[in-house]
Amino acid sequence: MATTRILEWIGRLYIWLLLAFLYLPIIIMALMSFNVSPFYQLPFEWTTEWYASLWQNDQLISATWNSLEIAIITTIISVVLGSAASLALYRYDFPGKKFLQALLFPPIAIPWLITGTAMLIFFFGVGIGRGLFAILLGHVALALPYVIVVVSARLQTFAPELEEAARSLGANQWQVTWRVTLPWIMPGVIAGGLFAFAVSFDQFVVSYFLSTPGQTTLPVEIYAAIRKGFTPEINAVSTIIIVVSMALMLLTARFFKFGGEK
Amino acid sequence: MAAQGATASRSGLKSALPLLLPAYLWLTVAIFLPLSAMVFFSFMTELPLSGKPWAFTFGNYAAFFSQSLYLTLLWASLRLGLEVTLWCIVIGYPAAYVLAKVLKGRSREAIFLLVILPFWSNGLVRIFSWAMVLREGGILDTALNAVLPFKINIDLMYSYPAVIIGLVHSYVPYMVLTCYLTLQAIDDSLIEAGRSLGASRLQMLKRVIIPLSMPGLVAGAVLIFVPVVGSFMEPRILGGRTGTFYGTVIEDQFVAVFNWPLGAALSFILLAVVLVILALAAPMLRRAA
Repeated sequence: MATTRILEWIGRLYIWLLLAFLYLPIIIMALMSFNVSPFYQLPFEWTTEWYASLWQNDQLISATWNSLEIAIITTIISVVLGSAASLALYRYDFPGKKFLQALLFPPIAIPWLITGTAMLIFFFGVGIGRGLFAILLGHVALALPYVIVVVSARLQTFAPELEEAARSLGANQWQVTWRVTLPWIMPGVIAGGLFAFAVSFDQFVVSYFLSTPGQTTLPVEIYAAIRKGFTPEINAVSTIIIVVSMALMLLTARFFKFGGEK
Repeated sequence: MAAQGATASRSGLKSALPLLLPAYLWLTVAIFLPLSAMVFFSFMTELPLSGKPWAFTFGNYAAFFSQSLYLTLLWASLRLGLEVTLWCIVIGYPAAYVLAKVLKGRSREAIFLLVILPFWSNGLVRIFSWAMVLREGGILDTALNAVLPFKINIDLMYSYPAVIIGLVHSYVPYMVLTCYLTLQAIDDSLIEAGRSLGASRLQMLKRVIIPLSMPGLVAGAVLIFVPVVGSFMEPRILGGRTGTFYGTVIEDQFVAVFNWPLGAALSFILLAVVLVILALAAPMLRRAA
């Protein structure tokens, strides 16, 4: 019994060590964005200078707007198309359904380096070229499988009798979908949308290959800046990004939890 | 449901098609056609749209097999993938076990969320954050010198270990997640029964717990190994000049050297390797799902 308790105690300690490993670099990066020294030297002296100078950086600001616009449009398109596809996969049986479901995994499983370079070649070949439109095309394709998987998971908890009951009470197919099914799967749809936003907003690899100077997203700009040298400004903008994306995922977890279990 | 589905098979497709078509059309245009185009272009001497004359060739693949550089780099990337995966198992599996079998209730939920959370935040930024820790005069250096009585120089930045640390940091939550899911499914009474029959902790681990959680281990390993083999941003930022891998060479073909056909061939070879690995792991993955 005593050994069990000691082992449990070691286990808890271990988890905290893992959390330290996961979070300490991020916390240090965030702290350095508030440090006066541009060379990250200690002792620590508080400043918000680096955040203020972000506002002067037009390139970074325009890239931020691009990122936000693309992420929002990606979210809307992939949620609409993805929810429709999930409904079809849930409601109907037809030959080749298994195959269509299996097709969702290559976009998730194939490394982005391969997908990104393939998109670059193809978009160039058919005349779409690079730029924000190409990035949007790519992001929606990356986000769609996630939306379909998440919404389908929610649909698994749906009782088909509800649709039948509505139908027997005289509702047509459209009313059934809009008034009965959609409200039920809403938490899944919202979670899928947040996933889609995160996939797009944090996406670096695919955006990197599809961007041109002037038509870039925030992560691509940050990568370019990092390769020129480290500055506290990068820390500042990185801190903002990480806070935003973590907040988003906390929101997602909330919706998925409330939606997923009961 | 099943019987109804079988009879409604044909009409089912008709009703499903309008809902399915937009999504799958998009995936076709942005994923499946590009992947096919990549295979096509990898057999060309020049990009057809560049205006220069082009012809079919096996030269890009010949370049891969004749120059030992590419094979060496592919091997280096596979080794990197293997090492990162092993570290993720060593670090992630015990954590998943503690989460699934030691912690309970709200604290388990909260800690599980905390472990998964960074994974869904920006990967580029997380890699960058390690530069703050690992460079000379960085936090690790300063902290160790403050504690230790003798002077040491920690400058891990731009080295192979830095790349490993950054990648393990990026991917270990995957392993915790997949192992946690399979470990949690193991019935506690099974473990109690084994223990009461006189099995030691180590025996239980070897004979019961690890075999039962194998699908999660394999799923995690595949989910980590595949993207690591194709990584280029992490070795670039943390590896500096030592960070040349197969992925960085592909990146170069597209953004620096502009030899797209060679880049396409290299990408396709990587895709083939990835598909073989996924196919080998598929039976295990299906059991995990």
